[in-house]
Amino acid sequence: MVTLIKPTFAMEQNAVYCRPQAFTDVSTHYCPGCTHGVAHRLIGEVIDEMGIRENTVGVAPVGCSVFAYNYFNTDFVEAAHGRAPAMATGIKRVLPDKVVFSYQGDGDLASIGMAEIMHAAARGEHITVIFINNAIYGMTGGQMAPTSLPGMKTTSSPNGRDVETQGYPVRMAEMLAQMDGAGYVVRRSLHDPANIRKAKKAIRTAFEVQQHGLGFSLVELLSTCPTNWGMTPVDALGWVNEHMIPAFPLGDYKVSPAVAQIKF
Amino acid sequence: MARELIKGNVAMAESAIRYGLEAYFGYPITPQTELLEHLAKRMPELGRAFVQAESEVAAINMVYGAACTGVRVMTSSSSPGVSLMSEGISYIAGTEIPAVLINVMRGGPGLGNIAPAQSDYNQAVRGGGHGDYRNIVLAPASVQEAIDLVGLSFDLAEKYRTIAMILADGSIGQMMEPAELPEMRPIQRKDPEWATNGNPNRPRRQLTSIYLEPHDEEITNLRLLKRWQDIQTNEVRYKEYYLDDADYVIVGFGTAGRIALSAVRAARAKGIKVGLLRPITLSPFPVAVMDELSQRAKAFLVVEMNTGQMLDDVRMAVRGRAPIEFYGRPGGVVPFPDEIMSEIERMTHAKLNSQTDPRMAWLERALAR
Repeated sequence: MVTLIKPTFAMEQNAVYCRPQAFTDVSTHYCPGCTHGVAHRLIGEVIDEMGIRENTVGVAPVGCSVFAYNYFNTDFVEAAHGRAPAMATGIKRVLPDKVVFSYQGDGDLASIGMAEIMHAAARGEHITVIFINNAIYGMTGGQMAPTSLPGMKTTSSPNGRDVETQGYPVRMAEMLAQMDGAGYVVRRSLHDPANIRKAKKAIRTAFEVQQHGLGFSLVELLSTCPTNWGMTPVDALGWVNEHMIPAFPLGDYKVSPAVAQIKF
Repeated sequence: MARELIKGNVAMAESAIRYGLEAYFGYPITPQTELLEHLAKRMPELGRAFVQAESEVAAINMVYGAACTGVRVMTSSSSPGVSLMSEGISYIAGTEIPAVLINVMRGGPGLGNIAPAQSDYNQAVRGGGHGDYRNIVLAPASVQEAIDLVGLSFDLAEKYRTIAMILADGSIGQMMEPAELPEMRPIQRKDPEWATNGNPNRPRRQLTSIYLEPHDEEITNLRLLKRWQDIQTNEVRYKEYYLDDADYVIVGFGTAGRIALSAVRAARAKGIKVGLLRPITLSPFPVAVMDELSQRAKAFLVVEMNTGQMLDDVRMAVRGRAPIEFYGRPGGVVPFPDEIMSEIERMTHAKLNSQTDPRMAWLERALAR
């Protein structure tokens, strides 16, 4: 029989792996093997390391991460579908000294919220965006996303995404990098520990960009959806490496000269 | 402050500044654009937030974000733009936070035209967006009243954590008249107990409009309705003109109400006992005074710059106790006092019937004209 022991303060003192202060003490609703949990964890660690937990307002999207606000121990608001960058703009413009970030999926950011994200970048809003790209609509049950790959089977492209009638995937990091207001736009992946470490460094950099007032910052994270891809979690990680990275190459798409000077 | 000749749109913008507006997000659309233009100049020079958004959808969601922090925030638009804002209006209502919205109405539906109209009455007083909620809706009939109602709208929005909408029309927005602006009030930034303003040394706060458990949403809907009951009890506002001995009662709001007042004065000069009820709060609708008038008036005449939208609220308040007539000029056409005078005279001579559908009876007359 497994006995669950709540860790004592003393145990936490000696622990090498604890829940970040920036997290609330609840379990998430995410499916087993989904990398939303990894992305949340990285943000939580960055907020802890920067000591900004009590100075931060998050903006949650519509999609699987609609309840992100339950998991972060910071002030949080829940936006309408795709409008998180507009809502973040409203918050940041009246609270310029606070750290404001949005957390958005591909349906939210790259489809219905295309106008809001492009113009937030064009205006150089001093906000940070964490963009989860898993090439599918998770919450509504696996429909085609703007980032679904050609030929990819989803519940709304049952014969595979036909580019003749359903178009091509949208590469957001590449497009956003064209905006003069963007200071930092990169794409990372969460499919293995080495890439997760790189993703964390990018998230830290993106928050530092905001703290330094160097414009819009966005980290696109290639992520898994084992449930709606119909794969085991391990196979899903492999699918990111084999299929998503070739379609969405990892890299730094925009690092302004001022951002390149940031030290932390 | 001295009275000055000032345009309605500019007056509402400057009034908002003086009543403590901290952030404005908007998108250009005729006939309200001067409002945005005035704030584009004034807000930055005062160190306050101004963003010309990429769309009305973005503008209202910027308002939503800023409103979550507890500051005084506003947007303005005109009819088609307000339709686009309906999404955000619903979310703001569902999140129970204060915001002010000015709709300088034009002719519709669709792209319509840029002439003054009152065609968004139903959209405004029934909420406009999806879901079960109501907005406070205030209708000015002059530039001065528009100035005053901007201040009131902020107070009411904050008191009840709700949306307060100023429902003006193109003529209020475009007209210049002498008016007095309030003194500049210092910004008093508050920290309401619900505001997600990222302040330290307290438990985290969240604002959301999602209640996945139906019973929680039901409780929210009932809480909103209870708050609305308080608003109905406390916040009804209207103006009465010549109603003490009136046999006939005209009901009109905003510009239509003001034009009707000219007709009432002309009719009084001819010895006709007619008065005017001009609702200022369209929502909550002044039901109690309508109830009282229903018991003593010989007949009502509803005058609107649409095809009879407030008419339905009047009919619900009168409940068949007196005949109701309707006169409307939709599509951006503004009625002359003479037209309303003719309706008053027709009403005093006609054999009126409380069973007739006033809108359809009017339509027949309008098509025959």
